[in-house]
Amino acid sequence: MAQATKPQRAKAEAFAPWQDASTRPLIEFRGVTKRFGTFTAIDDISLDIYAKEFFALLGPSGCGKTTLMRMLGGFETPTEGTILLDGQDVAGVPPNRRATNMMFQSYALFPHLDIAENIAFGLRRAKIPKDQIAARVDEMLKLVQLTPYRSRKPHQVSGGQRQRVALARALARAPKLLLLDEPLGALDKKLRQETQFELMDIQEKTGTTFVIVTHDQEEAMTVASRVAVMDHGKLVQVATPDAIYETPNSTYVADFIGDVNIIEGAATPLGEGRYEIHWAEGATPLIGTTDEALATGAKVYLAIRPEKVAISTENPESRANAVPGTVHDIAYLGNISTYHVELANGAIVKAQTANTHRIARRDITWDDPVWLSWTDTAGVVLTR
Amino acid sequence: MNRFSWFNATSLTLGFAFLYLPMVILVIYSFNESKLVTVWAGFSTRWYGELLQNDAFLDAAWVTLRVAVFSSTLATVLGTMAAYVLVRAGRFPGRTLFSGMIYAPLVMPEVITGLSLLLLFIGIGLDRGILTIVLAHTTFSMCYVSVVVSSRLVSFDRSLEEAALDLGATPFDAFRLVTLPIIAPAVISGWLLAFTLSLDDLVIASFTSGPSSTTLPIKIFSAVRLGVSPEINALSTILIGIVTIGVITASLVSKRAVIRRQREEQAAFQT
Repeated sequence: MAQATKPQRAKAEAFAPWQDASTRPLIEFRGVTKRFGTFTAIDDISLDIYAKEFFALLGPSGCGKTTLMRMLGGFETPTEGTILLDGQDVAGVPPNRRATNMMFQSYALFPHLDIAENIAFGLRRAKIPKDQIAARVDEMLKLVQLTPYRSRKPHQVSGGQRQRVALARALARAPKLLLLDEPLGALDKKLRQETQFELMDIQEKTGTTFVIVTHDQEEAMTVASRVAVMDHGKLVQVATPDAIYETPNSTYVADFIGDVNIIEGAATPLGEGRYEIHWAEGATPLIGTTDEALATGAKVYLAIRPEKVAISTENPESRANAVPGTVHDIAYLGNISTYHVELANGAIVKAQTANTHRIARRDITWDDPVWLSWTDTAGVVLTR
Repeated sequence: MNRFSWFNATSLTLGFAFLYLPMVILVIYSFNESKLVTVWAGFSTRWYGELLQNDAFLDAAWVTLRVAVFSSTLATVLGTMAAYVLVRAGRFPGRTLFSGMIYAPLVMPEVITGLSLLLLFIGIGLDRGILTIVLAHTTFSMCYVSVVVSSRLVSFDRSLEEAALDLGATPFDAFRLVTLPIIAPAVISGWLLAFTLSLDDLVIASFTSGPSSTTLPIKIFSAVRLGVSPEINALSTILIGIVTIGVITASLVSKRAVIRRQREEQAAFQT
């Protein structure tokens, strides 16, 4: 999988073990395939995850992300291939003997035990002296700020608190690897955003490797050091959140992460990685860049984010790409507005602007003729 | 709409009269002073006193109690295990056959169950006594336990067991420490059901009992053939009382468990 990390990110964050060939990964998937009957849930996946990473498996439901995680926990066994955890083949090791712990989507808190007993459950199984168990439980309760609730039953605390109990219980045994299955799925949006930062904080504090399964791209982008985008049991792209967003390797990834305009056309090389894209009869060709060498006439997709498209009433001559159209729709979201502009060939291109002025001063409205423009490097040229 | 219309009231009265009139008469006559069953001669608890002096009845009651306790306990263990396997094992060849075979005794005529057990015991040379009745009662009450427990297990959140395994529990520990405490109400009501069934049973017990191991229903049945005595009425009243308490307890236990479970699981898994 191509790693396209921006240099400025590497400077800002020293943590990038996947770029260092001498680092041994904590988890190695080697040609792992999982079939349920005739259905292939995981299709020949090879993937390395490094210690202390916050790794996100992202994809729509049914893409195999949960199966991939359950194989790490020992709840599913690969049909083919091997999984190494810390260099050891985990085949045949049952869940109770693995140095991994999992936080379940439903939290799976034991309803008949109180919160302290829930957290102590794993420690009791590990034959640790009683006083050490008590100390560890206190420590975990403190970590998730639940000390006052220690003797309540799970149904006597709120959803957010239950989520934290589940986290504390999974972390109590100090696992090498913590698996989180849609950990924030049951929380409302505000609480989810707060909890994302809490999770990152706890991950940093404990130094545990986290693998999180989610279908929420915003969540993956927020928490993860790297994101693996999955589709139909395959990895489509594995990269840092900014690389996934800025340089997606396919229209699938571009479309899955955030909002994007995709314009289909035929490429003509201009040299130095610049290409003319012929997208409609009689229209001025668009200019885009890519590192890939493309033949003349190759079918390409220009993917461009709405916030990188400028909208204006007059033709901005200075920009590499300028297309005329009419405003079809305006979505006003308060802080930003998205203009849906219909081009001459009927295609709709979205342009987003920050509402730095009050709405009364907006000079573009429905059915106005407008110009959309962007630079030659604003979009990415994709071949699939 | 008038909920207490004449039609509704009449239906209710007729229905309940049909169900309970015989028992009410029996209970009333158990407090009859007269030795003649059909002639009322005033209120008395005399026959209850005489019952307590009757060693044959007391022996039979003691046998019945022991049989009920042992067989219902055994049936609960086996029935729970069977339910657990059938619900948990998922799809395997012959699963439908197995689950069908567990529930078949529910609809099997008791005479056939009794007769086949009798043939088996004679065949393997097992002397008929308390042991054979216990085995026979376990056989037919186990499927009731299995039905009750498996209906609970079907709605049991599997990830609770996975969480226990994930936290280092062995599969047996996961069952003992997580599954069993949570399904305990269903197991208890299964036990009470088996206990009540064993207490009542006449047909199967009469096939499998020996001379030294007469259960109470057999004793009553044979005594009645010599004529109904007020003592029998008294005994039957006591039995009705015990069974009623058992059934009410079982249904209360499972009803409370259902309510508590729904509340807890809703609370535990939703925000």
